[in-house]
Amino acid sequence: MSSVQCVLGIESTAHTFGCGIVSSDRKILSNIKSEYTPKTGGIHPREAGQHHTAEAPKAIMESLKGAGLKISDISAVAFSAGPGLGPCLRTGATAARILSLISAKPLVPVNHCIAHIEIGRMVTGEEDPLVVYVSGGNTIVSAYSGGRYRIFGETLDIALGNCLDTFARSVGLGHPGVPKLEALADEGKEFVPLPYVVKGQDMSYSGLLTTAIRKSKICDLRDLSLSLLEVAYGMLAEVAERALAHTEKPSLLLTGGVARSVRLQRILKSVCSEHSARFYVVPPELAGDNGAMIAWTGLLALERGVEVPIEKSLVRPRWRLDEVEIPWR
Amino acid sequence: MAMITRGPLVKKGAEAELRRGEWLGFDVIFKKRVRKEYRNAALDSYIRGTRTSLESRLLADARACMVPTPIVFFVDMEEFEIVMSYIPGEPLKKLIDSMDDAGMHLAFREIGISVGRLHHGGIVHGDLTTSNIISSGRRLYLIDFGLGEHTTSTEARGVDIHLMRRALESSHHSRSKSAYDSFVEGYRLEMGEAAADVLLRVEEIRRRGRYVEGGR
Repeated sequence: MSSVQCVLGIESTAHTFGCGIVSSDRKILSNIKSEYTPKTGGIHPREAGQHHTAEAPKAIMESLKGAGLKISDISAVAFSAGPGLGPCLRTGATAARILSLISAKPLVPVNHCIAHIEIGRMVTGEEDPLVVYVSGGNTIVSAYSGGRYRIFGETLDIALGNCLDTFARSVGLGHPGVPKLEALADEGKEFVPLPYVVKGQDMSYSGLLTTAIRKSKICDLRDLSLSLLEVAYGMLAEVAERALAHTEKPSLLLTGGVARSVRLQRILKSVCSEHSARFYVVPPELAGDNGAMIAWTGLLALERGVEVPIEKSLVRPRWRLDEVEIPWR
Repeated sequence: MAMITRGPLVKKGAEAELRRGEWLGFDVIFKKRVRKEYRNAALDSYIRGTRTSLESRLLADARACMVPTPIVFFVDMEEFEIVMSYIPGEPLKKLIDSMDDAGMHLAFREIGISVGRLHHGGIVHGDLTTSNIISSGRRLYLIDFGLGEHTTSTEARGVDIHLMRRALESSHHSRSKSAYDSFVEGYRLEMGEAAADVLLRVEEIRRRGRYVEGGR
């Protein structure tokens, strides 16, 4: 038992407070989540933070219990230090600092985006894929090169998941919107022209959202859902395809909350087959934000000596994925 | 006697298939934008149509601005295919690692001049990466104008340069700064006073990006 290390990871960048425990022999011992769902509208950062404050103790206790461990059995405490919403990040960081203090174990800051990539690499066993990371907060096409994950394309404004969720809400479909949009799209027939904006390797979704909402007053919702998904996913597929052709990576890994979309999986699978690349997707339970991915990435970082003293453990709401040195690769 | 012959596939790019062949005695590339199975058919033909038509026009207009580009011989709007002169050489992307600092400086200064000429002539390229620049003889040819535009707006010019800087940072991170500086030198040379506004906008566009320090 002494050679196996266990790291506890805390995720709280947006609407999910998560606590997971992962061992160095690649086992996820527990992965507890608690999601804040606003009554109306999108995430209110302060309310999400308050939700996390209320839910944190229970999630942490359940996570330890689920793993059959005491806090003293943990080798380190990892937390998502950014990017994300300030009030949410600070709640998670506070919980992590307390756990680090009472257990006298190192505190490891983890970049949330890197964690989505690393958990995908862990569960698929794929060494060097092109990564397509899509969620409610991020839309990034990235590949590893020269000690960092480089960004080949990203959204210039809002995230793909944000665009689809906001549209779904505005036409009364509620949350989560993507599965409902996809069900409607299956019945769509006519294609409604919508702005398809690819600039170089980057995508823009804000104009698409505005136009789709405006057209929802005059178009059949099934047709509009079909068109919105086709354009939104089509832009991402185009950028991913160019990155695949440019980087010549042997495979593509789809990760993040929107990775659950079967329609998007089908599209990217088709892109891969055209370029003789292998297609991988994270399993649904690890697609959305979760503590296990933070724990696993924290473990990789800990093994390379990454840790932070408490007085310097500030959160970084704008911490870009391509700023992070990756010593474990 | 075959006047038009299509050879085997030489490159399968992200959106088009390139074949080398002969066109009425000329050594040419057949660039065909192929159907994407993953895309809705209506959206697919719209994208292929607009990009084929735009690219063929921009290639010709760029030449008129004295920017080296392939010569367009024929455009088939039913097959979404452009027939253009073949440029022997290597994409700049493959040469950078073996170039010395002086060579890099000259090359990127030259690219800056070319992009300045394009912008001055009312064209933005839209996808300036080192894969889209072919080094042939003593010239650097620009290709792949499918995302380009006819415009003189400062914003479009700024985005054009911003995207190039981003591409340099992701593909050639260790030399991106000096390459960009050389580019700017050439660009200023060609654009004169008009360069300042554009370069200022480039910085602004960068700050607009997601999670950039000092942004929003």
